[in-house]
Amino acid sequence: MKKIFEKAAHAVLFTSSTVSIITVLLIILFLFREGVGLFGKKPIEDGQVLLVNKLNPVSKLTSDELKNIFDQEYTNWRKVGGTNDSILLFRIDDIFNYYTEEELAGIDTNIQLLNEKVSELVGKQIGMVAFISKTQLVLNNKVKIIEVEPVSVSGFFGGELWFPTSQPAAQFGVLPLLLGTLWVSLLAILIALPFGLATAVYMAEIARPSVRSMLKPVVELLAGIPSVVYGFFGLIVIVPLVQQLFNLPVGETGLAGSIVLAIMALPTIITVAEDSIRNTPRSMKEASLALGATHWQTIYRVIIPYASSGITAAVILGIGRAIGETMAVLMVTGNAAIIPHTILQPMRTIPATIAAELGEAAKGGMHYKALFALGCILFLITMLVNITVEFISGGKRIKR
Amino acid sequence: MIESKNLNLYYGQYHALKDISLSMPPKSVTALIGPSGCGKSTFLRTLNRMNDLIPGVRIDGDVLIDGKDIYKDKKMDIDVLRKNVGMVFQKANPFPKSIFENVAYGLRVNGVRDESFIKERVEKSLKQAALWGEVKDVLKKSALALSGGQQQRLCIARALAVEPHVLLMDEPASALDPISTSKIEELIHELKRDFTIAIVTHNMQQAARVSDYTAFFYLGELVELDETKAIFINPKKEQTQNYITGRFG
Ligand SMILES: Nc1ncnc2c1ncn2[C@@H]1O[C@H](COP(=O)(O)OP(=O)(O)O)[C@@H](O)[C@H]1O
Ligand SMILES: [Mg+2]
Repeated sequence: MKKIFEKAAHAVLFTSSTVSIITVLLIILFLFREGVGLFGKKPIEDGQVLLVNKLNPVSKLTSDELKNIFDQEYTNWRKVGGTNDSILLFRIDDIFNYYTEEELAGIDTNIQLLNEKVSELVGKQIGMVAFISKTQLVLNNKVKIIEVEPVSVSGFFGGELWFPTSQPAAQFGVLPLLLGTLWVSLLAILIALPFGLATAVYMAEIARPSVRSMLKPVVELLAGIPSVVYGFFGLIVIVPLVQQLFNLPVGETGLAGSIVLAIMALPTIITVAEDSIRNTPRSMKEASLALGATHWQTIYRVIIPYASSGITAAVILGIGRAIGETMAVLMVTGNAAIIPHTILQPMRTIPATIAAELGEAAKGGMHYKALFALGCILFLITMLVNITVEFISGGKRIKR
Repeated sequence: MIESKNLNLYYGQYHALKDISLSMPPKSVTALIGPSGCGKSTFLRTLNRMNDLIPGVRIDGDVLIDGKDIYKDKKMDIDVLRKNVGMVFQKANPFPKSIFENVAYGLRVNGVRDESFIKERVEKSLKQAALWGEVKDVLKKSALALSGGQQQRLCIARALAVEPHVLLMDEPASALDPISTSKIEELIHELKRDFTIAIVTHNMQQAARVSDYTAFFYLGELVELDETKAIFINPKKEQTQNYITGRFG
């Protein structure tokens, strides 16, 4: 009877752990499958093509070049390796600028006619580039299609522009988001660590038991507050404060995000660090005090080094929360996808981007895949942080 | 010279030391014996005020070390007291640092900066603790890599490095194998020349081997204190007689 029970318990434990591990692996697999799908695809909207004159030697454009052309930053084909001809942009509505009403008679009902007119026009104008739908395409011997360079890994990671919905070619440069995430998170940790550690030391070593028993639930309560509330608090209090303090046009900045995140990470850091400080064996403290060390010397020479792996764990958990945090950051950082130069400008983080854009991205489309690729990056960052810290705290114990 | 007069200690309501009056002459070894729970460790820890760390402890009476009342003297600095009254614990408790840094620790926290002085003192202390030969080539290695007996001798070296006048040892060999134990006992013989030593032990042979005086504690009271020979050959109290002949405890 007992044996059967044991076997059953064993089986239940085994299955549930296997199931959870497999689930996690499947999620990761899904994430990466969707994310990797971005690469090798052309960042031009499905069903759209670019038509140019056959005499134009340019046969391929990067999405960067395309954006510059359509933003009229580039006005001559020389810029993209072509002949010295000025660039003429053409969208379907522009047709009326080139043909008279009579010439276009009947195009309202006869699509075929319109399409022929477009090709005819491009065939006549050497510098023209037309952005049209594939269904409107009628090739003649004077025009050709220009290719758009597919999204590459280096273009994705090195790209400085994030315009996932821009026409005709979307820009999937992750650099501004990546830097935004790193700046906001690292500064948050920089702010939270000293306060968190100081509070942890105070609670574990200095506060009287009565004070501690009051502080502890308060700190734990702080961890239970939903992040929207922190975001709201940040918006109402921290954003205006930052704006006034630094005399900025807008208060929604990376700094505001960092401060809110730091406050959010504090309960985790305090709780975990305090636990590890309290777990320092009494024999270690006594050994130090018995040699004539003061309480302070004992704290920073013995207790903190002894608890260092726990404190690093506290920091990882803090960073983990900061890097993955979405809502509060979305509310206070201003969400400008620009490469940050100072912490006092609006920034946008990876999770905020995913949250803000996933709703509007068509399932399976480029934008959707790009957001999954962002998810992969987030996953890799978290993993890297974990491995690094594991490595550091593994070797640190014996030093000193 | 260590002296206690009418020393009482309470853990909250519990009266753990009752009216202890005794004295230990300088450069001698006094063994504290008695059944477990009788207050030996508690008494030892009153001598460097280690009990102050425990919440709810109350102490009255006097403890004088080198003529100073360590509880009532207003000019008494606890850190200085603890530097002068070294302690070796029952369970070896080296810091998770290198061998060298373990021994150097007491010097560093007492403000010594001179590295060459620290180096000399570390060597001297390790020699005094009969550990130098075994560790002189691995000073940078973690103290935790040493064997139990070596760790305990390291803790002794660590205590000696700050040059205390008094050394308190709480069952320093109880967790060690016989060879390590005899090394520690030899060490005590050596150290007696320079230090006043109080050692708690539950091993009567050990008390007989290493000590000049023996104090027998029972239920928080000091039953008898005399020269070790007298205690073991001809105790005055019946309780002592019963304990050393193994009839209880
Ligand atoms: N921190 C403490 N709090 C409460 N009671 C204690 C504490 N430490 C020791 N005691 C009690 O005081 C008595 C003496 O303990 P101790 O000095 O450790 O005995 P010994 O070292 O002789 O075995 C025991 O009854 C023990 O339970
Ligand atoms: Mg004891």
